[in-house]
Amino acid sequence: MHAPAAMSASGPSLRQRLAARGFDAVTLLVLPAAIFSLLLFVYPFAFGLILSFEPKSGDWLANYQRFFSDSYLYDTIYKTLALAIPVTLLNLVFAVPVAFRVRLMRRQRLLTTILVLPITLGTVLVAEGLLNYLGPQGWFNRTLLTFGLISQPLRLVHNYWGVFVSLVITGFPFTFLLTLSYVTGIDPALEQAGATLGASAWQRFRHIYLPLLMPGFAITFCLSFVQAFSVFPSAVLLGEPAGLTRVISIAAYQAAFEEYDYSMASAVAMIMGFVQLAIVVAVLASRGLFYRGPASGAKG
Amino acid sequence: MIRDTTLGAKLWAAAVWALVAFFVINLLAMIGTVVTSSFATRWLGTWLPIGWTTRWYASAWSEFQLGDVLIVTFQVVGMVVLISGALGVTAAYALARRDFPGKRLLVLLFLLPLLIPPITFGIPLATVLYRTGLAGTFWGVVAANLVPTVPFVILVMIPFIEQIDPKLEAAARVFGANTFKLFIHVLLPLLLPGILAALLLVLVRTIAMFELTFLVAGPTSQTLVVALYYAVFAAGVRAVQSIDAMAVIYMVTTLVWLIIALRFVNPTQIVTRAKQQPAH
Repeated sequence: MHAPAAMSASGPSLRQRLAARGFDAVTLLVLPAAIFSLLLFVYPFAFGLILSFEPKSGDWLANYQRFFSDSYLYDTIYKTLALAIPVTLLNLVFAVPVAFRVRLMRRQRLLTTILVLPITLGTVLVAEGLLNYLGPQGWFNRTLLTFGLISQPLRLVHNYWGVFVSLVITGFPFTFLLTLSYVTGIDPALEQAGATLGASAWQRFRHIYLPLLMPGFAITFCLSFVQAFSVFPSAVLLGEPAGLTRVISIAAYQAAFEEYDYSMASAVAMIMGFVQLAIVVAVLASRGLFYRGPASGAKG
Repeated sequence: MIRDTTLGAKLWAAAVWALVAFFVINLLAMIGTVVTSSFATRWLGTWLPIGWTTRWYASAWSEFQLGDVLIVTFQVVGMVVLISGALGVTAAYALARRDFPGKRLLVLLFLLPLLIPPITFGIPLATVLYRTGLAGTFWGVVAANLVPTVPFVILVMIPFIEQIDPKLEAAARVFGANTFKLFIHVLLPLLLPGILAALLLVLVRTIAMFELTFLVAGPTSQTLVVALYYAVFAAGVRAVQSIDAMAVIYMVTTLVWLIIALRFVNPTQIVTRAKQQPAH
């Protein structure tokens, strides 16, 4: 670190001592990406945080005071959570049994390819498709009417359920593929050992897979939740963006691009990030409780 | 693999398959609706349209200026793929091969843009880009799209690089290769499948990346997915079939690359890497 020390003939040179700590020419390769991330990710975030405390009028907390005193604004948190949490839980609950079944398939590729479609196509296309498909004249309602399950078309678009369905369509494959990768990552010999000792399918799941998979499920939940929480295009196109599906990202967008109040928009974005972080930290902290069990020893 | 043969297990399996079938049928029917509608002359209150036509494609192409939009889309995506490849692979190499103080912090820095949804960091990012005058321009859109793709390449490439035996590099070093030669003659050939997979995934993700492009794009720097959003948003101004034709063009653009990508990667890798115990 100190130049004079590097010049002494007896000790190792600065270069050698840095290399021993892991800093050499190869380590420097990380710099371009790191600088890029600092400039375009950390700096905007810090800038947004400071900007959120510099409101157009009022004292430094005025934006946050306005957010938490105006029900039109603070309600967006509940509305977003009311969409994101049920959708994430539903996706995870469905994804686990399906992943355990698909794991036994020899030709998984066709199914995984079909399931990757909605992720690749993205939320805008899914919203456009669902507008037609779930609409009063769409094939979905038509099929239910034909089978006599309903007497008049269900109202499935421009409300809560339209957004809910779109989040399931894009979220379920995402959750499923993540779960599948965790499930297939576990050595089948462990399950076979359990079966040899007479464990039933449920016992094998409960006592072998579940403890090993718990950390993976926690991460899957976090990633799926964060995706659902950031819903924007389908909440505008498929929901009622002025009513029940006025999610927090719509509030942030309107502040920035309709009121041109970037300070307020930054405050809403910070609140949005904070809520996500709180839920993710809570889930990952509870993951720590599971992870200290015998699961890590079994992988050894 | 263990297969249970009890009645309960069979019923359970049937229920799970029924669930999968229900999901897949609805998904395909949803896509089918868009495709059918784009070829329909008039489609109201019937199972199938009255007649078939391809004229909506011509009208969508001219109404939405899809030629220009497609050129912008491919320019943006191409730049994003090139830059994120160059930045991501080099950083991934350093992170895979060296342990240094602050490495965990750095990995966290690269993980955050993937964990935080684009709309959350997109709004402060757009604010900064508007202040610097980059927003609305081609390079503003590229810069915004790079924020999640550079970390994505890094995190996909780290395990690829870790699985390459460091002894190969040590041998190359013994024979006098410098870092650049080592990269070109030893690492690049070994890493090529991984790089190709990572970049194809970046490509597919960038075509479909709505939020970031939407927040920073101007009228001349819109990508296809943003143009589609505006078309659906202003539905009623134009014929539904015309918007659906545009949606089909978008689908084809994305799916061509998806099919190419799937020749090199497992579908699971679009979300995560399979068959590997993820590091915690």
